[in-house]
Amino acid sequence: MWWPSCSNESIKARAELYAQLRAFFMSRGVLEVETPVLSQSGSTDPYLESLCLDQDQTYYLQTSPEFAMKRLLATGIGDIYQVCKSFRCNEVSARHNPEFTMLEWYRIGFSLDELVQEIYALVSEVLDLPKEGGITSKSSSAYRLVTYKKAFNDILNINPFHESLSSLQAMCVRETNYEGSPLDRDGCLDLLLSVCIEPSLGVDKPCFLIDYPESQAALARIEVDAEGDRVGRRAELYIRGLELANAYDELTDAAEQRRRFEEDLLMRSELGLPNVTLDSRLLEALEDGIPACAGVALGIDRLLMLKMGASSLSDVVAFTHERA
Amino acid sequence: MLDRGALLCFRKFLFRVHRKWAILGEKMANFSTNDFRSGLKVMLDGDPCAIIDNELVKPGKGQAFSRCKLRNLKTGRVWERTFKSGESLEGADVMDYDMEYLYTDGEFWHFMMTDGSFEQHAADEKAVEDAIKWLKEQDVYTVTLFNGAPLSVAPANFVELEVVETDPGLKGDTAQGGTKPATLTTGAVVNVPLFINIGEVLKIDTRVGEYVSRAKG
Repeated sequence: MWWPSCSNESIKARAELYAQLRAFFMSRGVLEVETPVLSQSGSTDPYLESLCLDQDQTYYLQTSPEFAMKRLLATGIGDIYQVCKSFRCNEVSARHNPEFTMLEWYRIGFSLDELVQEIYALVSEVLDLPKEGGITSKSSSAYRLVTYKKAFNDILNINPFHESLSSLQAMCVRETNYEGSPLDRDGCLDLLLSVCIEPSLGVDKPCFLIDYPESQAALARIEVDAEGDRVGRRAELYIRGLELANAYDELTDAAEQRRRFEEDLLMRSELGLPNVTLDSRLLEALEDGIPACAGVALGIDRLLMLKMGASSLSDVVAFTHERA
Repeated sequence: MLDRGALLCFRKFLFRVHRKWAILGEKMANFSTNDFRSGLKVMLDGDPCAIIDNELVKPGKGQAFSRCKLRNLKTGRVWERTFKSGESLEGADVMDYDMEYLYTDGEFWHFMMTDGSFEQHAADEKAVEDAIKWLKEQDVYTVTLFNGAPLSVAPANFVELEVVETDPGLKGDTAQGGTKPATLTTGAVVNVPLFINIGEVLKIDTRVGEYVSRAKG
């Protein structure tokens, strides 16, 4: 099996896509940067498993270039983007490959809404979708913004912020035949989102799922929504049920960042997961201050899947995991 | 020469030794969802199951899950289950063997391994259910053992069986269509062309229970 899983047509489409997105960022004055793929610290997220290299010292293959790029932001470098490889252990499916290509960019002074507009501008250019603010403007937007709360309410008829844990657990068994150790609240919501909600997101037009529960804020700032619930200012882009990008109104508060890292590590030890060296250099950078900004990570391989009308990553990646 | 009784006794001895060794030697491993591949045999709700399909699902951030389709090897029914990624199921001690059908005592159907071990296995009615119409002594069948006991018996795709009862054949009527029922040595009834006579050996497709041709030779 020496040959690629994808066609040469897909390999050329990737090259064209890279040229297209470099032109896109060049025209908007966003600087291309490069940061290390191997780092002395890893992602603390309990649900991301880093691949490690153990030599004299442990090095982690990055799960995303976020921390290094934020350290660049702290220097006052301005708007930056990067196309790079990221690695997540054990993620294998038609939509996952343990090694994948990520496009990540940061915009200084942007609100999450402004960044969402820019993400749509890029994606609509690549996929030939209607332009926002074009002929169809005003009355019908080219994309949809749906809150996490509304998506759960529309499809499952529950309020994900207030439904009781036992009712969520019962729903997981009913809707997905879940079997195994009891799920916590976020586990239930993650499962219901993946199985019941995602397939219907972005079917007619691209959809940004926004305002996640506070516990799922990850590295996003927290705000209070109209109903008084605390929400993480995240936006996940879905097109035809495929999750494509994850954007944050970035957390810039060093103390809050440290608290979330430590919470993650505590959870890791509770779950019996390996401990991870947390990124103290990122914390130092945040203490010195990074400008208010919004940032996003976008899966390039998945974007190519959409462009090529492919149903599997193996149709757009030359050598997937099994052939690497 | 050993007489038949002594030979049977020897076979039973070998069988016990083999069985005991098998039970002591193998403790089934646990398989994490990361190991789930189609064909893997695992225990679920006390029944042995074969994984048909396994799909990882995961929202952008957050927990990953395995959505799994499994065939219950006892009932043949397909189950859909979702597991938390990284959780484990116990492996099921399920293996397929070629075995020769020996005889039935009315309660059990007795099979013997073809690997020279003479190891014998008694299958109950439930295990032979799907194969019972096609069981012919000295023919070889696939016997699936679960914890060392027959779980199911499957015939070869094609078997050759003799007609014991059918209406008299119509000479020369080979071109015209039309069929009649014929009873085979095993008791199975299949539709055969009108020209087939009692005593002829037929090739039967056991998957659909249909006549294929006269057996060659």
